[in-house]
Amino acid sequence: MMNVLEVQGLRANYGPVPILTGIEFDVGEGEYLGILGHNGMGKTTLLKALMGYLPAMNGAVRFLGSDVTRLPIHARARLGLGLVPQGREIFATLTVRENLRMGLAAARKEDSRIIDDLLTDFPRLVRLLNRPGGALSGGEQQLLALARCLCANPKLILLDEPTEGIQPSIIEEIIETLLALRKRRSLSMIVVEQNLEFIASLSDRVLSIQKGRITGEVSREDLLAGRVGLAVP
Amino acid sequence: MDLAIILALDVLNGTASLFLLCVGLAIIFGMMKIINLAHGEFVMLGAYATVIATNAGVDIWVSMIIVAPLFVGLVGLLIERCLIRFLYGRLVDSMLATWGLSLLLIGLVTTIYGNTMNGVPTPLGGFQVGEYRSSWYTLFLAGMAVSVMALVYALLRLTRFGLIARAVMHNPNMAATLGVNPDRVYMITFGIGAGLTGLAGGLLAPLSGITPVMGAAFIAKCFITVVGGGATIISGTLTASGLFGLINQLGAYLTTPVYGEVILFLSAIFLIRILPQGISGRFFKGMS
Ligand SMILES: Nc1ncnc2c1ncn2[C@@H]1O[C@H](COP(=O)(O)OP(=O)(O)OP(=O)(O)O)[C@@H](O)[C@H]1O
Ligand SMILES: [Mg+2]
Repeated sequence: MMNVLEVQGLRANYGPVPILTGIEFDVGEGEYLGILGHNGMGKTTLLKALMGYLPAMNGAVRFLGSDVTRLPIHARARLGLGLVPQGREIFATLTVRENLRMGLAAARKEDSRIIDDLLTDFPRLVRLLNRPGGALSGGEQQLLALARCLCANPKLILLDEPTEGIQPSIIEEIIETLLALRKRRSLSMIVVEQNLEFIASLSDRVLSIQKGRITGEVSREDLLAGRVGLAVP
Repeated sequence: MDLAIILALDVLNGTASLFLLCVGLAIIFGMMKIINLAHGEFVMLGAYATVIATNAGVDIWVSMIIVAPLFVGLVGLLIERCLIRFLYGRLVDSMLATWGLSLLLIGLVTTIYGNTMNGVPTPLGGFQVGEYRSSWYTLFLAGMAVSVMALVYALLRLTRFGLIARAVMHNPNMAATLGVNPDRVYMITFGIGAGLTGLAGGLLAPLSGITPVMGAAFIAKCFITVVGGGATIISGTLTASGLFGLINQLGAYLTTPVYGEVILFLSAIFLIRILPQGISGRFFKGMS
């Protein structure tokens, strides 16, 4: 079985400050991988480095067999990498429908059936289609950010703390949608989280990150018992 | 009554020319936050393209409406690729570089064509309002301003490119995350802004003295209009052009043309003082 993503010795800095200090891990085909870590451990930075927001100082990232370490953001997106960023980054002045259409921006032709299809998985968004994205609640924005990402039909989704500030019922909805989707598409995912329940119900395997390094695998029993073995900094 | 009609036509003329002159600058500033100090020289290039094409036998309407925007649009694309694209997000550098560019363009045109050039006659002739005269060309300019407005609106609101451009303007990194190359969007947008500025130069060529430094006469007015209009491209530029066009023409009528400009600048400073986000920042939040 081929790995969708292979990360070797990845280092990245903010200015002179090293944040990622040698990240190593793989994501298998169809795998949902969880990464658990406290605030400030470099989770967001890792996803941003994978997406190409900040340059790799060292190391390599291979996606679907090709080396993407030096590719710009849009080129990685076109290969099938998708990011649902922390803070959602909805285009506030565009309507919900326009935000979803942006998910099709890289396609040669815009096919509105893709949006209609996807809306069956996100029924909450249907009556909001003509609202400006900035006028949605945090939970609705999270659903929109996920739906927008899915419009582009990514092969690997990078999902950054989707449960932050979201009520439990929408968290349930997100879990169900993502579990349903993997049955229909060849989809892999990296989900970065602090919410143990969420990560446990979604992930096939969970790694922990500390100070910019993957420190090991967290077993299912530990996860469910809340013994995640993360040293409090 | 006749006087009122003539005054209204003057205001219309002022508003229409100001809008035509500013819309390209507003697009380039609004979308990319590039302060293009060579804007006046883009106008000048449009005027030269029109005059040269017309003198070479091209129909004057074709020279104004097609040759000028096409030529300046292409020049804009070239300049974007060679210069501007290294300057996004660097406000001060972009001002210095485009200032240098404006000097370069003036120098180049002076070297090739000398200090002045014979203009083209104003087409369409005039008509009588009581004891006053006005020209049909004024009404044509107003029509062009309305067409350009409709065109830019349609481009931004009704096309896929417009959607992508608005998204890039709002959040370039997120747009890139969805597979859009912001660099390309900036390039095309800059070309469109330059082309519209060239169109303004073409349309104003029959009304202006054609010299390499003619751009200087427009540039200050353009900048206060764009800053006064604020971040939303169409509604902001339109309201600011209307307001400043009115103030300028009325000031000129009540005093002299020179004082008209002084009154315009003073009221612009006052406006920007009370509405630092521009008219549209205050009244049309979130539109474009
Ligand atoms: N733009 C930035 N410039 C400089 N340092 C930054 C920047 N963004 C983050 N950092 C630093 O990098 C480190 C890792 O940040 P990161 O955002 O990756 O953490 P995180 O694990 O996502 O945390 P959280 O759970 O709070 O989202 C932190 O120490 C943070 O202060
Ligand atoms: Mg984070």
